[in-house]
Amino acid sequence: MQQMTLSALEEIMHRCAGDDESTESFQQAPERAFADLGYDSLALLETQSVIRREYGVDLSEQAVSAAETPQQLVDLVNRWLSAA
Amino acid sequence: MTTAVITGIGVAAPNGAGTENFWAATLRGESGIGPVRRFDARGYPARLGGEIDDFDPAEHLPHRLLPQTDRMTQLALTASAWALADAGVEPGTYDPGETGVTMAGAFGGFEYGQRELENLWRSGPERVSVYMSFAWFYAVNTGQLSIRHAMRGPAGVVVGDQAGGLDAVAQARRNIRKGARLMLSGGFDSSFCPYGWVARISDGTLSTDEDPRTAYLPFDRRARGQVPGEGGAVLVVEEAAAARRRGTRIYGEIAGYAATFDAAARYGGERGLGRAVEAALADAGVTAREVGVVFADGSGWPADDRAEAETIAAVFGPQGVPVTVPKTMTGRMSSGGAPVDLAGALLAMRDGLIPPTVNVRTVAPGARLDLVTGVPRPWQPGPALVLARGRGGFNSAMVLRPGTAAPGRTGAAGVTGREIPTRSGGKRHAADDTVGPGGDHA
Repeated sequence: MQQMTLSALEEIMHRCAGDDESTESFQQAPERAFADLGYDSLALLETQSVIRREYGVDLSEQAVSAAETPQQLVDLVNRWLSAA
Repeated sequence: MTTAVITGIGVAAPNGAGTENFWAATLRGESGIGPVRRFDARGYPARLGGEIDDFDPAEHLPHRLLPQTDRMTQLALTASAWALADAGVEPGTYDPGETGVTMAGAFGGFEYGQRELENLWRSGPERVSVYMSFAWFYAVNTGQLSIRHAMRGPAGVVVGDQAGGLDAVAQARRNIRKGARLMLSGGFDSSFCPYGWVARISDGTLSTDEDPRTAYLPFDRRARGQVPGEGGAVLVVEEAAAARRRGTRIYGEIAGYAATFDAAARYGGERGLGRAVEAALADAGVTAREVGVVFADGSGWPADDRAEAETIAAVFGPQGVPVTVPKTMTGRMSSGGAPVDLAGALLAMRDGLIPPTVNVRTVAPGARLDLVTGVPRPWQPGPALVLARGRGGFNSAMVLRPGTAAPGRTGAAGVTGREIPTRSGGKRHAADDTVGPGGDHA
């Protein structure tokens, strides 16, 4: 399976939680906290569900909530994909 | 006792989104009722509705809010921002703990709920949005408004069909009396989707007439049911002294309120609307003679119309007070209907014009009403009575009083809506200390 990119994650999260023109893109701010980018826990829960569907990666809620930035979540998904 | 006044209005109705759009259309007698277009209604016995056409939520709300909100919440959020802007309230005007929200709901977000239930059955639980957890809940508007405007004081939700729209605003007055400085209050409903439609049809009161000009004719001899509408209003309810200190415009005062229930059929089925009217007037310290206009519930169902007409004639005398039903231009908006009527009454006070009841031509025999039909009627603004009834026997009545010139000042403040209603200390009404049958404790 192909690795996940920051922009692919961003596209998923826009679909789940709506876009917000006022915040930086994940490319610009890979290490900013999701909270600062305007994403709450429900947005991450919805994202987790889409990642499971589209990447076949079944992350636990705890693992997802431990990922605090876009880069950390992308790294988490890609570790799973590499191990598969 | 603390006085609760209304300092901001936000309306989204089928004949106009935005308070001034709604009001201008209402004075022109423009109706928003037409064939339902948001879903395919051709297979249903009732096919007319009042839909809001000129509203794109993406133009009014942060896009982050769109995936988590039903249409009725998008409308409420937008109208709440209009109301706060109208009142000149900004973040920091009050401490967040002194401000709160009480909204009415009747359906909740059925359109959202139907879509997600379809996802559940077609594609499985994984396809159901996490936001379903709250987006279709009838209480969601209170929560979303509270979050959006950081209003962290009292919060509440009232469900009472059409009557709930008045009950919620009465609850806001209660919260002001208990110490809140500002409350957002009103009601919104939409649910223009098959799920919401069949729920309404089960009520048995929808008109099956296909002509938008004759489908909803409250008090008319041709009355044959009602037409649903979507929309509502948010009002900024403020503690009078605090509003005065801000120097803001005051539309009017929530002067009186009462709520009653009809008796169940096995207990004789006695209707409670008359008691609600009498108690609301007593609560306001207003006599029937002083009331300048009645915004009637106007069910459009002949038996209910007759009962309401008899109540109004009994309290005010035959043809004793101008009566109007601007809902003939919007349809009945469930929890949103009465808040829009409150807005209409306050704007009628501001402009000295009573909005008309459209399409009604011949009042049913026996209904001894002075119905304002056709075109707006000029009036000398005075207290207004707004009535609302809900399925299951809910009756609510609210009295609004326009602004009056402060002692030592001159000018017909009620007409311009620029002045502040003030009660001189020596003219306190006994009703200040009474409790309405709705349990309207201070």
